[in-house]
Amino acid sequence: MDDWTTLGYLASAVLFILGLKRLSRPRTAVRGNQFGAAGMLIAVVVTLADNAILGFEWIVAGLILGAAVGAVLAVRVQMTAMPELVALFNGFGGGASVLVASASYIEAGDLATDSPRLSAAAALAALIGAVTFTGSLIAFGKLREALRWSGFPGMRIVSVTAAAATVVFAILMIADPANPLWLWLLVAVGAVLGVLVVSPIGGADMPVVIALLNSLSGMAAVAAGFVLDNSLLIIAGSLVGASGLILTQIMCVAMNRSLLAVMFSPAPSGAGGPSADDVYAGKVRSTSPDDVAMLLEAAERVAIVPGYGMAVAQAQHAVRDLSRRLTERGAEVVFGIHPVAGRMPGHMNVLLAEAEISYERLVEMDDINPTFEQTDVTIVIGANDVVNPVARTDSSSPIAGMPILDVDKSGVVVIIKRSLSPGFAGIPNPLFASDNSLMLFGDGREAVVGITKALQEI
Amino acid sequence: MDLLVAVTLFALAVFLGVELITKVPPTLHTPLMSGSNAISGITVVGALVAAGANHHAFTTVLGFAAVTLAMINVVGGFMVTHRMLHMFGPKRRRDPAPGSGDGDS
Repeated sequence: MDDWTTLGYLASAVLFILGLKRLSRPRTAVRGNQFGAAGMLIAVVVTLADNAILGFEWIVAGLILGAAVGAVLAVRVQMTAMPELVALFNGFGGGASVLVASASYIEAGDLATDSPRLSAAAALAALIGAVTFTGSLIAFGKLREALRWSGFPGMRIVSVTAAAATVVFAILMIADPANPLWLWLLVAVGAVLGVLVVSPIGGADMPVVIALLNSLSGMAAVAAGFVLDNSLLIIAGSLVGASGLILTQIMCVAMNRSLLAVMFSPAPSGAGGPSADDVYAGKVRSTSPDDVAMLLEAAERVAIVPGYGMAVAQAQHAVRDLSRRLTERGAEVVFGIHPVAGRMPGHMNVLLAEAEISYERLVEMDDINPTFEQTDVTIVIGANDVVNPVARTDSSSPIAGMPILDVDKSGVVVIIKRSLSPGFAGIPNPLFASDNSLMLFGDGREAVVGITKALQEI
Repeated sequence: MDLLVAVTLFALAVFLGVELITKVPPTLHTPLMSGSNAISGITVVGALVAAGANHHAFTTVLGFAAVTLAMINVVGGFMVTHRMLHMFGPKRRRDPAPGSGDGDS
């Protein structure tokens, strides 16, 4: 690698750093993304100009094919499908790291330039990359709801065995570097491990998983960087690994669950608490769009709290129309966003932005909670556990201590939901039976459209 | 590169990443994730070397597959992030203000 290549890599590392910095501020985020893309372009051009490249046919084919597929996916995707696309891209990044590390390891074995250090780095890249690849594909399947499989009894023992096997194969790779068999076995077991670890993790924990896989894809690039002795891979991969870890941490705090709890004790059980019949019997009042419109007509301050159900019902545009109608009538409308509402970090923000609702109206949990007491009507659409007051009151509940949106403190709470079925935590929600709550049963979008229409007719 | 130099780079870059990202507003969680995800496609650099080294037909095929996967990650990641951020942008912001028409979307 000559000096110009090294300097080019330095320039692109600097652009990645400036890009990430700008990506974390709303006013500069577009520029930040462009900085990142420019850094990537420099890295690719500099590498192509380097003397190490002898044949270009395969490279050009791969570049064109990959760019075309990536572009089509990016342009075609619906905003509601963003979580699964992010998972898919993540997986491809991890898969690329496995392939790069494997090619480099095999080549070093053939040329007898291998070393224990190279073998160890290749083992790490193969393992992290393989787990990221299959883990992300499983997450993709789960987010598309194409995959409902969540494992089999005794799966944990199989996972632990697989994890132990990866360590054995990594040691064999270092001890017997001429034999690529150990590498392939490591990749295979790593791939199985990715499936086993992600499969049992359910819907509401998905934001944590996606953020963690994001971090892992960076770490896979770091390991590949150690294999290739490439400073840019190490730096860029570390930046991504760190930012993914921070997002993971933010998501865990928002659910009051530790990362270990998410990974290894998925699906909190609702057993032991009060049954749904005890909580709901005779106390749930249902309402109609016309009645909700009457309530809203007199409201001065309205809060809208969206959850994953809004994404499923594709109701974000209907919600935008309702909020417009209310604002035209002189009401103040704000949106209360729980950090883990939806299936990935920031999911609700993306959907509401797609519907052209200004991000200044989206209020974070800590800022909106003190204002619910002055809110006349709160509309909860497709959210459940993140507004369950049990988190504050019952220390034995599976969601005890989880920060929630205190919607129950507002004047009236209208909950738009298909049925009284429990959320991910599997426990009944006393909010639905509260004196100031009204249930509007039905499809989220139809319900909101109905309210907007009724408001127009008043 | 000396192993210790590489480890030093790694450790410093992790700390730098933590300092850069702390305190990112929730609105940007998704774009930050997909943008940084695109950056993790930097493996494309290694993939180019593997595909172009003309070492062995098999490693060339591995390299080709790696270039393709990494490019999907890179191009798709940056483009979809751009699309998302464009929706957040102040230019397209149309607040529900009295008299405002319906947005085209």
